[in-house]
Amino acid sequence: MPATPSQTVGPFFAHALPYEHDWELVPERHPEAITLTGRVWDGAGEPVPDALLELWLGRTGDRGALRRGDGGVSGFGRCATDPDGRYRFRTIRPSGPYLSLQIFARGLLRSVLTRVYLEDLPDPLLDGLDPARRATLLATGKGDTYEFDVRLQGEGETVFLDF
Amino acid sequence: MTHPPYLYPGYQSTVLRAPSRPPVAFKADPDAIELSSPVFGHDEVGSLDADLTRQHAGEPIGERIIVTGRILDDGGRPVRGTLVEVWQANSAGRYAHAGDQHPAPLDPNFTGAGRCLTDDEGRYRFVTIKPGAYPWRNHPNAWRPAHIHFSVFGTAFTQRLVTQMYFPGDPLMPFDPIMQSIPDEAARQRLVSSYAHDVTQPEWALGYTFDVVLGRTPMES
Repeated sequence: MPATPSQTVGPFFAHALPYEHDWELVPERHPEAITLTGRVWDGAGEPVPDALLELWLGRTGDRGALRRGDGGVSGFGRCATDPDGRYRFRTIRPSGPYLSLQIFARGLLRSVLTRVYLEDLPDPLLDGLDPARRATLLATGKGDTYEFDVRLQGEGETVFLDF
Repeated sequence: MTHPPYLYPGYQSTVLRAPSRPPVAFKADPDAIELSSPVFGHDEVGSLDADLTRQHAGEPIGERIIVTGRILDDGGRPVRGTLVEVWQANSAGRYAHAGDQHPAPLDPNFTGAGRCLTDDEGRYRFVTIKPGAYPWRNHPNAWRPAHIHFSVFGTAFTQRLVTQMYFPGDPLMPFDPIMQSIPDEAARQRLVSSYAHDVTQPEWALGYTFDVVLGRTPMES
């Protein structure tokens, strides 16, 4: 059967898609908690204040995806960017080398899908990219906080995956 | 081609947000996490979440409608227990969103957001009111046709889909760059719901049907 086409998420999703604790894949006191944060940029170098990001760890977990429990780990989180284009997730390190990140925004007629690698390791996807492009998929870490910016267009444009 | 291109200058917001480089094809190995998707529990969704007319003390103003359909994979198989989220403007064409400056009235009895999980046949069902058309500033005299936003999860994160459902016979559709960004007419028509007299409930609400077919996963293609 032919697939249903995509359309933009538009500018007016804030009353519908965000939910309580959506960015918290683990509770605050989780011993393995890390923070993944960064900003989303457009082709003019301006922040994107109306993007929605979804993070996926590859397993559902036991904390609840929509209605968060008190403990445990959820594999799914969602975060709308703030006026500075910044997002944040509280998560744990993935069991593999990367996390999956999907970005929706006004002006994106289809979402873009990328990967956040917490370490630079030999990897089938990374190894097929030139060094500058490879660098766009590598988070920079400082302690328990990792930074990962998404550049939708232009210099340093993030590598997005065909899917 | 099913999906719109990222760059469609008629929709101005794409000009600085569309990636300039083609997405990188990747061969998903069986362990690729993009081939799985979150599973949602029935206890995570409230029983009234799918009825957008009963979320406040009073009834919203507008034409009450039932919107139902199935979420399917490209083989026509139902996607069971998956999350469907919807959001929309009220009957006057105004969103309950601080950024919406359209001088149409807000409805204190309508938020315009709902969600549900599909049943074993992949079916979802929402009760809502028909959204109004509204102006936007993309170009002179720009109006969006009436639409309901849909957000759907599949069995793989690569199947994640956000789209918009339109209403049959809406005269604004040919003028809408967001809908017209889809290059293929047959694909555009797949976003137009159908009036369904068998869904319509006498003396109560008009019925519309809208099925969503999710794309293949990279493993299958």
